[in-house]
Amino acid sequence: MEWLSMKQWSPYVVGAGIGVLSWFTFLLSDKPIGCSTAFARTSGMIERFFRGRKVMEKPYYKEFPPTVDWEWMLVLGIAIGSFVSAQLSGEFYLRWVPGTWAVAFGHDPSLRVIVALAGGMLMGFGARWAGGCTSGHGISGTLQLSVSSWLAALCFFIGGIVTASLIFRILVA
Amino acid sequence: MLTRFHSKKRPQLLLGLGMGIVFGFLLQKGGLTNYDVIIGQLLLDDFTVVKVMLTAVLIGMPGVYLLKTLGLGQLHPKPGSFGTSVIGGLIFGVGFGTLGYCPGTLAGAVGQGYLSALVGGVMGILIGAGLFAAMYPKLEGAILRKGDFGQLTLPQLFKVHDWAVVIPSGIVLVALLVWMEKAGF
Repeated sequence: MEWLSMKQWSPYVVGAGIGVLSWFTFLLSDKPIGCSTAFARTSGMIERFFRGRKVMEKPYYKEFPPTVDWEWMLVLGIAIGSFVSAQLSGEFYLRWVPGTWAVAFGHDPSLRVIVALAGGMLMGFGARWAGGCTSGHGISGTLQLSVSSWLAALCFFIGGIVTASLIFRILVA
Repeated sequence: MLTRFHSKKRPQLLLGLGMGIVFGFLLQKGGLTNYDVIIGQLLLDDFTVVKVMLTAVLIGMPGVYLLKTLGLGQLHPKPGSFGTSVIGGLIFGVGFGTLGYCPGTLAGAVGQGYLSALVGGVMGILIGAGLFAAMYPKLEGAILRKGDFGQLTLPQLFKVHDWAVVIPSGIVLVALLVWMEKAGF
């Protein structure tokens, strides 16, 4: 069982595993793998907790009710699965700043948190605008040969490549 | 199709959790829950993310289309428009490059112990998604419907049989992956 404690698997093995997993999500659950709607539902649940039932009247939440569904459980599962995998290879430990960031911008957690917060806001907003994320469009949509997903996935990477290059190649240099 | 099983709420929630655990395990083993790997991809230094995604499509696509052909499954292509896919996609991309995770790998990064992913990233996505929900009625009429093409797949666009796109796409993906490996990406 040495493979379970390996730090990293071949990207082809991981990709094939995700491909096979998607067969089963379609067969057993009639669902494509996706993640960003779960965050939108959670946001609605939090808003409902503070502002009460009237939140349910928002048109967006009528379309995507703020409740725990299959996809919400999937996202919870991702955190658990990643924890188990990291624990098995000794990679789990609490830390604030990732390596690449520390090399460029230092070890101060507050700067990293502020930038992550800004990035998260843009991503959450953009994911709902585009109707999906790197999983829903980037993997599940593209493997269904969906036109909207190929277009969105292309734009995810264009935006991501330009932004990461601005941050790490221009801001740092 | 297993329609009756699909509508059983509790088993489906458990199945979602189980499938998420497998997905998260794979993402972590692939290095995709790691900020450095994702930023490496966006800086075009490390092609792990693209290799995983293209292989997932290569393996997933024929299986899912076979389920459709055999009547054991149905497709769920997301509806789209130029307004949603292009503008939304670019906004997402700017966030992706700034945060260094996508929503799924962010959940994985939290599971692996990245506190900035939890305190910064998750909070940010929740705020961003909430803002979108608030602005949705205004955006819907103004931008989201621009260039609407609905639920469209490539075989429908080209007006050909499903497998006339699936098989050539598979061949192109294999060729692309082999070329990337040979070229040293």
